[in-house]
Amino acid sequence: MSSEQAFVSIRGMSFSRGNRLIFDNIDLDIPKGKVTAIMGPSGTGKTTLLRLIGGQILPDAGTIEVDGYNVPTLKRAQLFELRKKSMGMLFQSGALFTDLSVFDNVAFPIRVHSDLPESMVRDLVLMKLEAVGLRGARHLMPAELSGGMARRVALARTIALDPEMMLYDEPFTGLDPISLGVTVKLIKSLNDALSLTSVLVTHDVEEACTIADYVCLLSEGGVIGFDTPENLIENGSEQVRQFMQGKPDGPVPFHFPANDFSADLLKRVK
Amino acid sequence: MINKLIDSTQLLGRAALARLQALGRAGVFLFSSLMWGGPGSAGFGDLIKQIYSIGVRSLSIIIVAGFFVGMVLGLQGYTILSDFGSEAALGTMVSLTLLRELGPVVTALLFAGRAGSALTAEIGLMKATEQISAMEMMGVDPLKRIITPRLWAGFIAMPILALLFSLVGIWGGAYVGINMLGVDEGAYWGNMQASVQFYDDVIKGLIKSLAFGLVVTWIAVYQGFDSIPTSEGISKATTQTVVVASLAVLGLDFVLTAIMLGSI
Repeated sequence: MSSEQAFVSIRGMSFSRGNRLIFDNIDLDIPKGKVTAIMGPSGTGKTTLLRLIGGQILPDAGTIEVDGYNVPTLKRAQLFELRKKSMGMLFQSGALFTDLSVFDNVAFPIRVHSDLPESMVRDLVLMKLEAVGLRGARHLMPAELSGGMARRVALARTIALDPEMMLYDEPFTGLDPISLGVTVKLIKSLNDALSLTSVLVTHDVEEACTIADYVCLLSEGGVIGFDTPENLIENGSEQVRQFMQGKPDGPVPFHFPANDFSADLLKRVK
Repeated sequence: MINKLIDSTQLLGRAALARLQALGRAGVFLFSSLMWGGPGSAGFGDLIKQIYSIGVRSLSIIIVAGFFVGMVLGLQGYTILSDFGSEAALGTMVSLTLLRELGPVVTALLFAGRAGSALTAEIGLMKATEQISAMEMMGVDPLKRIITPRLWAGFIAMPILALLFSLVGIWGGAYVGINMLGVDEGAYWGNMQASVQFYDDVIKGLIKSLAFGLVVTWIAVYQGFDSIPTSEGISKATTQTVVVASLAVLGLDFVLTAIMLGSI
């Protein structure tokens, strides 16, 4: 890991929402050209971490460097430039523009950011749609797509500008087994074919382990494990293994903290 | 007792500060949206599409409402004027009332209910379905792509709608006055032409509706953009748009009228 170059480098970063500390002084390196899965229990701030990397929210302290730029200190125009050049983000819902067809959705970033002639835009869009297997669906509107198809269109739209890094927000949630298999395959093949750096936030240990080069486990405001999936499952701490193996009870208790059960039952209601 | 007093003072202060902050945010929001420049800054195609969905699709409600308001004005005006034997002034009364006041104001109120609420809900839902975040992550400024064309569309559509409202209202007044109540047709149109001033009545009415167009659309897009992206948050923001925009129109109308009549 240390020999690999980091595409995203986070140092001493803290972030809180209201009174709740989500990240407490964390350090994290995301290696270039690899698939890194960010996992952890619900509410540990996995999606928040993606938004911090994307510059959509600002940390309270620390630095978040993407491709050498410290994201929180960038001006608005610089941030948009960095996103255009280096980042693509796939949202959980797909976030397709509902008033545009599949074709126009994929063409949108190309049209906005370039002056290419329409014939070339068409070729590019068809190439991207072919890559996700939906060239034949280009005339459909987002409302006519299934959840899995919508996510693939969104994926085509995200790679339209050839980003250097892809951020996936829960890409496996709510998909049927076939769509799930397709999405897993696409993420891996895109990463290899376009030599991307991929960061995916997911709950799905099994799927993540099949494609991730590294797994980063978050819990209670910090990173509790960062290693290859095999190493984490075998050699991680008890808490890491509980998560990776999906055990209901362990260091993360099944019960929410409460007073004694029998005393609670016998307590008189006023 | 004293503690309670301190608490309630703090609460009041906090609420006032929150309001001021929201006002400041809305101001910065308007400024940065208009910083992107003229109506065509995001492409004229977008602007035309917005004018269609904001303006053209409000036509039916504006025209029907204008006709009824004009008919009521004709009826009420006739009843009052005939007591003084001056039914001939019906055309003057109907047209001045519509051009100076009712046209711009009622159009703005209807516009807030029809187009303003739709704008807020649309932008709120875009936020809830992460379309706005997706746009940001593509390196596209949503203010430029989503807000600027809508602001300009409202600004352009409102005066045209208000003029149409007045026009249809004058016809409605004429229909009731001339066809149903027997006012002399020549007197209705002749007195109107003699008394309506192009600058003092028509242009000043247009200036009002330009101001209303900007204010109503600004409130609508800001409420949508600033809404909490849940179903409850969007419903609250939509209600807020109609209430705040309607009150703003009525308050602004008083201020503008006072300035135009030279009373302030």
